[in-house]
Amino acid sequence: MADELAIVGKSLTKPDAFAKVSGQTRFADDLALPRMLFGRILRSPHPHARIVRVDTSRARALPGVLAVLTGDDLPIKFGILPVSQDEEALAREKVRYVGDPIAAVAATDEWIADEALELIEVQFAELPPIMSIEQALAADGEPIHGTSNVHKAVALEFGDTDEAMRAAAHVREDVVFFEGNTHLPMEQHAAVAQYGADGKLTLWTSSQTPHYVHRALGKVLELPMSRIRVIATPNGGGFGGKSDIFSHELVAAKLSIVTGRPVKITLTREEVFYAHRGRHPVLMKVKTGLTKDGHIAAMQFRSFLDGGGYGSYGVASTYYTGALQATTYAIPRYRFEAVRVFTNKPPCGPKRGHGTPQPRFALETHFDKVAEELGLDPVELRLRNLPRPDSRTVNWLRITSCGLEACIYKVVDGSGFLERRRSMPRGRGLGFAVSSYLSGAGTAIYWNDMPHSEVQLRLDRNGGVALLCGAIDIGQGSDHILAAIVAEVLGVGLEDIQLTTADTDLTPIDLGSYSSRVTFMAGNAAKAAAEKVRGQLFEAVATALQCDVDDLVARDRHIVPRNRPVEGVSFAQAIQLAEARGGVVTATGSYTPPKLAGPYKGSGVGPSPAYSYSAAVVEVDCDVRTGEVRVSEVWIAHDIGRAINPVLVEGQVEGSVYMALGEALMGEQTFRLGLHKFPSLLEYKSPTALEAPVMHTYLVETIDREGPFGAKEAGQGPLLPVIPAVANAVYNALGVRIDEIPITPDKVLKAISDRSKRVGPLSTPAFAFPPLIKAEVPPEWKGK
Amino acid sequence: MPIADRVAVRLRVNGEEMVVMVPPYKTLLEVLREDLGLTGTKHGCELGECSTCGVLVDGRPYLSCLAMPLDLEGRAITTVEGMADGSEPHPLQLAFAELGAAQCGYCTPAMLLTAMALLDRDPHPTRDAIKDALSGVLCRCTGYLKIFEAVELAASRGGRHG
Repeated sequence: MADELAIVGKSLTKPDAFAKVSGQTRFADDLALPRMLFGRILRSPHPHARIVRVDTSRARALPGVLAVLTGDDLPIKFGILPVSQDEEALAREKVRYVGDPIAAVAATDEWIADEALELIEVQFAELPPIMSIEQALAADGEPIHGTSNVHKAVALEFGDTDEAMRAAAHVREDVVFFEGNTHLPMEQHAAVAQYGADGKLTLWTSSQTPHYVHRALGKVLELPMSRIRVIATPNGGGFGGKSDIFSHELVAAKLSIVTGRPVKITLTREEVFYAHRGRHPVLMKVKTGLTKDGHIAAMQFRSFLDGGGYGSYGVASTYYTGALQATTYAIPRYRFEAVRVFTNKPPCGPKRGHGTPQPRFALETHFDKVAEELGLDPVELRLRNLPRPDSRTVNWLRITSCGLEACIYKVVDGSGFLERRRSMPRGRGLGFAVSSYLSGAGTAIYWNDMPHSEVQLRLDRNGGVALLCGAIDIGQGSDHILAAIVAEVLGVGLEDIQLTTADTDLTPIDLGSYSSRVTFMAGNAAKAAAEKVRGQLFEAVATALQCDVDDLVARDRHIVPRNRPVEGVSFAQAIQLAEARGGVVTATGSYTPPKLAGPYKGSGVGPSPAYSYSAAVVEVDCDVRTGEVRVSEVWIAHDIGRAINPVLVEGQVEGSVYMALGEALMGEQTFRLGLHKFPSLLEYKSPTALEAPVMHTYLVETIDREGPFGAKEAGQGPLLPVIPAVANAVYNALGVRIDEIPITPDKVLKAISDRSKRVGPLSTPAFAFPPLIKAEVPPEWKGK
Repeated sequence: MPIADRVAVRLRVNGEEMVVMVPPYKTLLEVLREDLGLTGTKHGCELGECSTCGVLVDGRPYLSCLAMPLDLEGRAITTVEGMADGSEPHPLQLAFAELGAAQCGYCTPAMLLTAMALLDRDPHPTRDAIKDALSGVLCRCTGYLKIFEAVELAASRGGRHG
């Protein structure tokens, strides 16, 4: 069959695999340039203080030191979101967390740079630190920014929820807390800057978002962006932690400008904990009203986010804590209120699942309790409230394909959940949960009407295909997705594709490896470019063969008439025919997501061209004496739309499960006297090979009508159901509710011995949310 | 830096004799990466906590971030660059590539070398033996499963260069 897929859907070896297994991949810290200097950053030892005086004279006098910078050298504020331009590359007046950058040096080696940091004298006036949501809202002492510690507060309502609650047969309310955690990529952030004699700046950086770094460098350095080149190096893990603008990127660039020499800054592991931008601690209250047969009538959801010292992605994170409730369940009426506060901790931002794992934990444990009260099994409750394919949620999110029901059956049948959960011995338990996630944010970080992803193809007359795209591979396999889609459309092999990615001088824009957007958006752009260039080849070949363009197919490195394949020409010959007609054979493709935002303020966060769905069952083995929870087996099903490369999708699913287990049971982001308690790989716990459970991965294909070849996302969604499934399994095993993530042994023991059989928050702080914006609901939900 | 502050170190890396003049406090990790150009060896903490910097010394896993080169004169040091036979990848490298066991690729060199040391001493390890051997090397991408499967695939193919 000519139209069968040759590459898409096959578990082929990804193009960057051999460089990675041979140690040839060049990560940012692997780069060394002639005359390169080493930069280091002095960071605040105080969580909250005014900077009274910075004296760098002794550091400047140290032999081998070529430059010292303070905040006055980089005074322009920046931030990833246009609404939160609240960061300085080096703090000028105030420090807001332990680790906040203050000054920087460039020296001929790292030891001299370190010694120079010790010679910088900073005089501080300490301020009382604000270390919790409650303290931030209490409004004692000097606010961290401006006049209030409230960074963002939102209140939205879709339909009259109070009325529905009054009429509901059953109402339940829960308060839970998710402590937050950090990404912990194995590669520390690193950047190398080179300011040339030609007045042009190049920055190599381990970044998920080189385009946004490009914009920030232009702003802060006051250089035209046309003189700045940002090259993202392969990320040694990102998970959202390298998707912001970082001090060391701006500082390395400035140090290179000052010294005229290349400058490298590699963060230490401890500094990576301070750079953070990780999962927000979120305190949540969820209240649901249901009909007597277990259909959701209304939901009210409140979240309190602990943002740390700066804005970062926080406004988006705030909305994300409320956005995806209604893509996972059919909710006829919905109220969402949220507030993000500043605290004196490293800034929080996006981590895998951005703002949605916390409410997912709240919802999925809540519905486990609701099901028990209603006398329904937790699976049946979900099945009665499924979102429908080709529908729209009450908060205007458009759902295309939806494989949630199929995912549920896969894991429930695979694990024997319904039968086995009733007969587990004490200490062993099964838990279940479901989720949905974006396949790319539908709106860009800065307002514009341009495409989100662009791909350029240039065909070599000898049969090679140059593929240029701004996307950066962070381990998720984006290089493979781009190459596979183009190779599929052109009928060539993966090895015929030459990739150039994430280089702002050479590659057209891709907004970055965040929000699970690259397969969907860059994949669609690649497909469009490949189809366009294939059209040029078909025209040339049809003229030469005197056949109809519609009769031609591209396969096996040939372009042939469908029914007379022997009459075709090779791919290289086809390029030569096209090149003879019109010169360089090249084409571009772009992808702009459809405008899907609803008619209300705040509707820009949540829309996505498609949503992935996941379901999980987790089996735990708890030690009632030590409180330790061991995960022995996981069943995970993911609606991927279509797996462009199944082995890579499985890798994303398994990696998501693994990261979720670490979050559920281990990752502790706690502070003592303003200091992070565990800023090291030894004490900040992460699962090792010994903790790896048996995993059953099911890929459900729904062939989404808008995804490239039907594909949706895989990198983030599968993390979501796992954390609450662990909590529900602990309840099944021990009859205790740990309404607080992480579920550490001390909490389990406390719950076992406590009469309430529960550990978790009891209430939320008093806070006057803004007046509810009563948004219009889509016509199909009116009166529901 | 005054020349008197440097010492000559003779190292045998991937079968090659190499002599470098380095400050005596430089770690093996730093000398490999900065003085010998062997950047395939990575670092995750430089405190001996994650094993990302793992190399083999006399065939056994060794944390290069804690090792002092002067202590290792005369010993056989193997880095990821020494795994392939010319341009022929080691069976572990092939299996890791085929099964998607390298996602970001940053822990991969240490993971591969640790697995190679395992297969050299136990050509057909059980899943538990693989888990045990690799338990010191942190990976944040894969959830380890593809890595276990790749080690098993390489073992089933003989585990060594043919």
